[in-house]
This record gives sequence, structure tokens and C-alpha cells, in this order.
Amino acid sequence: MRIKQLLIGMTASVIAVSSYVEMAIADLKFPMLVYRTGAYAPNGIPNADGFVDYYKMINARDGGIGGEKILHPECETGYKTQVGVECYEKNKKDAMVFQPMSTGITYQLIPKATADGVTVYSTGYGRTSAANGKVFKWIFNAPVTYWDGASIAVRHILKNNLGNIKGKKIALVYHNSAYGKEPIRTLQTLSKKHGFKLMLLPVDHPGQEQKATWLKIRKGRPDNVLMWGWGVMNQVAIKSAASIKFPMDKFIGIWWSGSENDVLPAGQGAHGYKSLTFNAPGTNYQVHADIKKYVHDKGEASGDGSHFGTVLYNRGLFQAMVQVEAATVAQKIHGTSKITPAMYRDGMENVNLSAKRLEELGFKDFAPPFKNSCENHGGSGLAAVQQWDAKTKKWNMITEYMYGDSDVVQKLIAEDSAKYATEQKIAERCG
Amino acid sequence: MIYKETGQYKSSYKSDHAIFPLLQDKIAFSTLMFIAFLIIPFVINSYWEKAILVPFLIFSLAAIGLNILTGYCGQVSLGTGGFMAVGAFSTYKIMTYFPDMNIMIIILISGLITAAVGIIFGLPSLRIKGFYLAVATLASQFFLVWLFNKVPWFYNYSDTGQITVSERTMFGVPVTGAEAPSYATYLFCLVLVVVLSFAAKNLIRSKMGRSWMAIRDMDIAAEIIGVPPLKTKLSAFAISSFYIGVAGALYFAVFLGAIEVTESFDIMTISFPVLFMIIIGGLGSMLGSFLGAAFVVTLPIGLKFLMVDMVGLSAVTAKHFEITIWGLLMIIFLIVEPHGLARLWSIAKEKLRRWPFPY
Repeated sequence: MRIKQLLIGMTASVIAVSSYVEMAIADLKFPMLVYRTGAYAPNGIPNADGFVDYYKMINARDGGIGGEKILHPECETGYKTQVGVECYEKNKKDAMVFQPMSTGITYQLIPKATADGVTVYSTGYGRTSAANGKVFKWIFNAPVTYWDGASIAVRHILKNNLGNIKGKKIALVYHNSAYGKEPIRTLQTLSKKHGFKLMLLPVDHPGQEQKATWLKIRKGRPDNVLMWGWGVMNQVAIKSAASIKFPMDKFIGIWWSGSENDVLPAGQGAHGYKSLTFNAPGTNYQVHADIKKYVHDKGEASGDGSHFGTVLYNRGLFQAMVQVEAATVAQKIHGTSKITPAMYRDGMENVNLSAKRLEELGFKDFAPPFKNSCENHGGSGLAAVQQWDAKTKKWNMITEYMYGDSDVVQKLIAEDSAKYATEQKIAERCG
Repeated sequence: MIYKETGQYKSSYKSDHAIFPLLQDKIAFSTLMFIAFLIIPFVINSYWEKAILVPFLIFSLAAIGLNILTGYCGQVSLGTGGFMAVGAFSTYKIMTYFPDMNIMIIILISGLITAAVGIIFGLPSLRIKGFYLAVATLASQFFLVWLFNKVPWFYNYSDTGQITVSERTMFGVPVTGAEAPSYATYLFCLVLVVVLSFAAKNLIRSKMGRSWMAIRDMDIAAEIIGVPPLKTKLSAFAISSFYIGVAGALYFAVFLGAIEVTESFDIMTISFPVLFMIIIGGLGSMLGSFLGAAFVVTLPIGLKFLMVDMVGLSAVTAKHFEITIWGLLMIIFLIVEPHGLARLWSIAKEKLRRWPFPY
């Protein structure tokens, strides 16, 4: 008897759920692939919270985008590709944009999303050559790519060495995956150009085991260490560097290796650690005031609300803002608030976040302005260096936003995307 | 009374040796094949394809492969991920060298290459047994994954170590690449799985399969009655690796399309789950391989559906529950039914035979 009741109950809820899904289609769907579990959760959680809080704030403050509410169903991937595919298939119907938050899943989705006509926005990660909009119609990776990042880091080192790094040794500690391998080609090209020696030190997933890596650094004595790490790997690397007394101001991480969660476990040892960034930390922006007013004060903060204003939370805000802005632009172009995924792509391609527009959106001085175009899906290519102050427990920006070595990067992008285009038989767009 | 075998006389050796000797089994199997071949292809959508059916078919194949080695021949292996990687990378290399070769042939050749690799890694099994062999095969897992990540030739010197499939067609319909329609990838896998399962079932019933089981049950006794351990163990390794290699090739070419070896063939994403499949499904059972694969593939998705879409839990809470439930189920299974789902099915058959009478 009880089983029967249970079955009836389940059937009823299936019907209820499916009718709910039917109703919700009129809204704009921004599915989220998140990882709040697993080895990458320390970085995944603050970022996802930033996204959710921004969407909630837009829904509460503006009543959605042009009157259309934002739906943001979460799908937990655990940073696993296969689960990412399942999440994508589940949510792709009427989805505006996917933000995979994993280079592996991005690579997976590039051909699929292109075939399905769904926008993929990998903000400062994923496949670098996707910056070439002529080949990658549906993929965006603005505002800056890994190859820009690598050359900006080298530029920073150059500057600190008065423009001469001939014979110096730079080590790259990288996550042994597509993500970590991204900068290698650029660094090799740059090492020929500037005459420095490159030491490649892979760290295997999930990144806890780095004894051998740092032993090699002690033996090889590189002058600078660059890091492409994510999740637990960052924390372990920074702790290891501190324990071998590697000078922290010579240790530069990519923008994914520079959040509070990465440096805090190393305590005072992390003082002076540097990382790149394309957005500012802190809470002194209009958008934070709005989120506080419309979301946090109502007790609706995503997660426990403790990541408010941290580096990755703020990056989540920035990523969500670009995605929402693309919808606004698309609504303007097509003159309708009910945009389709194809219209959304047009919006993303015409995003123009000038300083003025950023100020209107509550992001004044939060990030450098950038714009997308048909040819350029990679944004401005600007990033700055920030440094960790372990005493005040704060990230401080120590440089202006700067460009990478665009001669080198643009050439590599053209090569790599051309290779992809021939492999996949894609004809170039944009006239 | 449903499963009544009375009145079904077998008057020839052929009918006595049939894979499905009972009429009821024949009907059930034909119905299943009818649904799988003639109904599902017309109703399948990309979610069912990519999330459930194709992974189920591919992992069934891997589970059959491991079951041949572990369940029938008694050689424990933790190298499934490594062997699947061999299949995947062979497919990739052959695809790039011979752009005009048919995908079915490429996949079968990849299976053969994996079989050769399996023989090499099976050699230690002649000296070491049980847990020690498990450790040796674990080494093959780490070695193969490391090799495919370390040597750029395997991924054609791409910058990221990713390998990406290009489009291949069967009868003019693409079966690999992003443009492949759901029914095509599904049918492609289904045909391979059905044909290879029948082959495996018949191999197991042949002299070769009997010698595997003799080695499994007691290798010294088997040797004394004339079963050559070298040939038997290596043939089990070869055939098992062939199945796993084909599964790996499909996993890369048909299912994911782009693969990174460290992530996709990790011990935690392939080797252990496939081992769980045959333990949960039933060691030494063909049906068990399928049931185990179905269980492992659908349980997380089912739980997620139940908790997130029905009950409305947040994605992360559901994930935590899922991990806990998964662990609990494993323990409960091993205590309550150590012989797996296949055993549960045979108990059910026994009950159905007598139903509605209790004795």
C-alpha cells in the first residue's frame, strides 16, 4: 500500500516538475556548471557564489534583463569532463550561454556547442585560439587569454630586471592538463625571443603531490617561477614555495592562482606572492552595494556569503556581468526582450564595455574596458599584477593593466586557429 | 508459473546448447532487441544519448572485458583506464594517418592493438597472483597514462595534449564528431556491443572459456589436468584488452570527441568504476556486466534527478548526498548480495518459476 502511495506521489511530482519547466521557458536561461565539491571546490565555490549573487541582484533590482527574469540552474560537475557533458546536454535547450569554468570541459563543448548553436563564454580560460572569432563563431574568451597572460608575466619579469633577462631561468609549475599546458608554447617562443631558459615542471591532478617539483626548484634555482594552477594545487604550491624559502615576489601565478583561498593556508609565508588578475579585489564598488542591499540583506546570499569581495567572487561578478550585458545588447540589436540563443550570440559579439558603460553597470574601475567584435572574441588582452599582503590579508594591485606581447600571441593564435579550421573544415567568417 | 520450463523439450544438442534455452528468455531477449534497435533510435534525444545510453553501452563493453579477465579467469586488474587509453589513442593515431579508413575498422584495429599491449602487461600474471597482480596492473594504468601524456607523438604534438576526433561516417551518416545525430552514435555502439557480447558469450562457453574458469578456480589443478597456464592467462588478457580497447576507442571517438588522457582515463574515473561495475553486477556473468554498467552509469544521474529536479535540493547538497549514498550502497551490496545483481536476477527467476506458490 505504501509503495503505491509513494508511486502516486512520485508521478505527481514528475508532472508538477515538468509543468514547472514548461512554464519557465519564457525566461532567460543561464545554466551554471559549478563545482562546489572535489579538489577544485576551494576555487569553485567563491566563483559560483559571485555568479549567483549577481543574477539574483539583477532579478531583484531590475526585475531581470529587459523584464525577463534570469534562470540560473546549477549543475554540479566536480570539474569532471564526463559530468560536464551530462550537465550540458541536460541544460542546453534554450540556454543563452555556458560558462564551463574548466578548460577540459570547454574543449569538450567547443565542437558540441558550435553544432548546437549555443554560446560558450570561457572568461580568460579555455582554448586560447578561440579568441579568433573568424574560426570560433560560438566561443568567446574575452577579456584576456592565457597566451596574453604568459607574455604579461614575462613582461613583468622583464621590467623588474631592467629589460634584460638573457640567461635567466624561469620555471613554469603547471597543472598537467590542457589548462596547464596552454602557456607552454608562448613561453617557449618568448624564451627564444628574450633568451631566458625555460624549466617545465608538471604537477599531476589533483595537485597535492608536489615534493619532487619543489625539490627540482631547489636544485635548479630558477630566478622566477610562474604557476598555472587551480584548486588544491595552488595552496600546496604556495605552501611548498614558502617552506623552501623561495622569494615570494619572484613567484607569479596566473589569474586562477591568485585568490585568498590559495594564499591563506601558507600564512605569513605567502607574503609577497604575486599573481595576474583582470579584475580588482575588494568591496568598494557600486555593484557590491547593490548586492548587499538586494541580496545579502534579504538573507538570500549564495552559499554562506563569506566570500563576498574576494578575488574569485569578484571575478564571478565580472563574468556574470558580461553575460548579462550580452543579453542586454542582444535585446537592443533585435528589438525584443525575448531573445533566442542565436540572438544572444550576436549580443555577445557586440559587447562593448567602455569605461562609461562599466560605470553605469556599477563596475567603475573594476576591470579594464574591452569590446568584442566579429574577428576578436578575446577582448582587450589586458591584465595587471597583484601582490598578497599577508599582514593585512589583502591583495594589492601593484601595476597598471598592461598588454601582452601581441606580436607573438597574435601569430600563435592565427596558427592554432588555422590548424583547427582545417581539421574541422570550418570556413572563416567576417568578410 | 511465469518462468515455467516444463513442456519445453530439447531434442537436439543444438537446442540444448542455445544461449537462451528457455522460450521465455528468447521472447524477453527478442523484445529487448526489438526495443533497442527499432524503437529507441526513433525516440532518442541527445540527452539520453550522451548522458545515459552511449556511456552505458561503452561501459558495458569495458565491463565485459574486465569480467573476462577478472570474473572468468580470476586475474584481478586495475589497469582498465590505461587499456582504454590505448584504444583511444590508437584510434586517434590511425584516424590521422589513414583519413579514408572506415571508422568501424579503425575501432577494431584499435582493439587489436590494445590486445597486444594487454598481452605484454599480462606477462607478469604468470608469476604473480591476486593482490600482487592487482598492483602490477595498477602500474600499467599509471605507466600508460603517463606515456600518452609525456610523449607528444601520441597526440600529434598538439599544444595542450588534447586529442580531438574528426568526423567519420557509416553509410553516409556521421557517427563521430559533433554533427553526429543521436541515433547514429547510439546504433553504432549498439551494433558493436551486441555483436561483441555474443562473441564473448560464445567464447566463454567454448574450450577457451572453460580453461579460463579452470585457471580461476584452481590454477595448479588446472595445470595438472592439462590446461596450459601461459596460453590461457595470456589469451584472457588479450581478449579482455580487446574489449576494453574497443570501449576506449568508442569512449573517445563516439562519446566524448575530445579527450585529455590524465583526466579522462584517470584511475578514479575509469578503472575503479569499471571494477565496481563487475562487482556490483556479478563476477563471471555476462548479464552482470550489463547490469553493473547500467547501475553505475545511471545511479548518479538518477539520484541527481530525484534530489535536484524532484525534491528541489541545491546541486551541491545533492552531490554530497550522492557521494554518501554511493558509498553506503556499495557496502550494503557487498554484505547483502556479494554475488551481485546477476545473482539477484537468478533468485528472482527462481521465485518466478514457482510463483504464486511459495515452495
